[in-house]
Amino acid sequence: MVVMGEFWLENRAMLQRWWFRLRREPLTLLSTLAQPVLWLLLFGHLLARMAAGDVPGGDYLTFMTAGAMVMTVFNGAINGGVELLFDRETGFLQRLLAAPIRRLSIVTSRFVYIVAVTAVQNLLIALTAYLLGVRFATGLGGVLAALGIGALFGAGVATLSIALAFAVRRHPEFFTITAFLSLPLLFLSSALAPLDLMPGWMQVLARLNPMTYAIEATRVLVLRGWDPGLVGSMLGALLAFDALALAVAARVLRRGLA
Amino acid sequence: MADSRTAPRIDRPAAIEVEHLSRRFGPVEAVRDVTFRVEQGEIFGLLGPNGAGKTTTIKVLLSLLKPSGGRVRILGIDVADEPARARQHIGWVPQETAVDPLLTGRENLLLVAGMYHLPPAEAARRAQALLDLVELTAAADRVVREYSGGMRKRLDLAMGLVHRPAVLFLDEPTLGLDIQTRRRLWEYIRTFRDQGTTILLTTHYLEEADWLCDRVAIIDGGRIRALDSPGRLKARYGTERLELRLAAGQPAGPIARLVRRLEDLAVVTRVEAGGLVPAAGGAGEAGGTAMAVAQGAAGPARLWLQVQDPVAALEPVLAACREAGVVLEALEARRATLDDVFLALTGRALRDGNAAGGGEAAAAGVGED
Repeated sequence: MVVMGEFWLENRAMLQRWWFRLRREPLTLLSTLAQPVLWLLLFGHLLARMAAGDVPGGDYLTFMTAGAMVMTVFNGAINGGVELLFDRETGFLQRLLAAPIRRLSIVTSRFVYIVAVTAVQNLLIALTAYLLGVRFATGLGGVLAALGIGALFGAGVATLSIALAFAVRRHPEFFTITAFLSLPLLFLSSALAPLDLMPGWMQVLARLNPMTYAIEATRVLVLRGWDPGLVGSMLGALLAFDALALAVAARVLRRGLA
Repeated sequence: MADSRTAPRIDRPAAIEVEHLSRRFGPVEAVRDVTFRVEQGEIFGLLGPNGAGKTTTIKVLLSLLKPSGGRVRILGIDVADEPARARQHIGWVPQETAVDPLLTGRENLLLVAGMYHLPPAEAARRAQALLDLVELTAAADRVVREYSGGMRKRLDLAMGLVHRPAVLFLDEPTLGLDIQTRRRLWEYIRTFRDQGTTILLTTHYLEEADWLCDRVAIIDGGRIRALDSPGRLKARYGTERLELRLAAGQPAGPIARLVRRLEDLAVVTRVEAGGLVPAAGGAGEAGGTAMAVAQGAAGPARLWLQVQDPVAALEPVLAACREAGVVLEALEARRATLDDVFLALTGRALRDGNAAGGGEAAAAGVGED
């Protein structure tokens, strides 16, 4: 009990830190909330006419909703670790490490924050999509399930991002790597186009991309309804991704947080 | 007083015990076989230039670095064996201010309070008390980015105290601060000590070590060269000086005569003349001083006399001036400083400011920071 209490108190304090910061930066807050919606509108409407009829369900915006949600999770999570890199650079991390906290808490608090922020963003996307006429085949329950899928996917990406924050030397390196990865990973997923429409080599790469699994699972909920078999297998793939990410990160983090 | 502090106590553990500590960074030996013991309630100083091994020693004590050899204990707790337990008792004010500039002063304190598992209500209460203590009450709810260097340092100090640590580490607490802010921090540090906190501080400011510390370890090249109270270190290694400022426009002849007379005085151990390169060593070179003075067109403006006891030397020195016919403009007694001690022990000077400028570049490569 005491141990749980301490774990809670230290995580609460660190979560509060990110919250204090977010609250103080209205511009960041605004762009954090507005950008995913923008993505949905721009991509959704730009490609709508071109793609109409070629996508499952027939409506591109509906098709795109799942992609926009997962993409938002990815964008939020992939850069989510950088605050810890800033803490390394300023020496603030040393102050955290000198405190009697579990090393894991530094990671978990950041992690919970990232997942929470992306969940709010996704809710906003779902709401915008709803206003534009998109209906989840699974209703509100499906929206909540989509948030869960996002969290599962975001968990792995955030873990890798946090690990990256401890693996690189300085933050320009961090941003170079994440910027380089972001767009290719987006295009090599089923976010913007169904797998069947991709050239063969792209399909192969897209099937290796965990983003694809998160998108497919979410998309089923939007387009078709509860499909326990498909959603289940996609979730299995995402769990495998999380486990892999954790394994990759563990070594880097153990060294960085020693 | 000092004796009762330095004497080992059996009834309670030492605040800090460092035994044969060594720490290597690759081929560089940052700390070599360092041993010392700090009793509870002491202010203990590690004095030395940048790169001497001070910060490395502190980081081992903080459990942020693992020792290459030896052991360290905080209140009897082995830091390597039980880091989490040791950390509960330690407060730390790092050399580079470690505050979150995007939070307010109060929020920074609340964050640290949470790190030490204080319940929110208690955290808020202590944050307020500390803000009052370091006189940041008015700025408490401003973002730290807008704070001055001195304000940040004071907040930093408060952050090291939120959990009321028994042992506080201050790494160069007044580095780069103006003299007023520095004195203010010294007052706080003494207050903490008076409230029972044991303090270990590193500094390369001689005045700071002299003014604040009950005991000082002179550290250089990763080794402790001497360890004692500032007073006893100065008595043992330091030198008392008299400085004679000579009235302007006096011919060189009488001044050379004065130097020779002063050199003959038993109470004066050495004479140096201003504007000339003072030679290290014995009487032969002191004779050289007299010759150099005699050859100079205009006499030196100042003479420095090394003496055993300034008071005892005063009369004979003034008499020598009268006899030589040299007019004094001023006479000043300079007490022994820790700089003398450092010079005597290492052969190098550690003057305030000078050591900081030259040493920083050197320290960067050694993994000291």
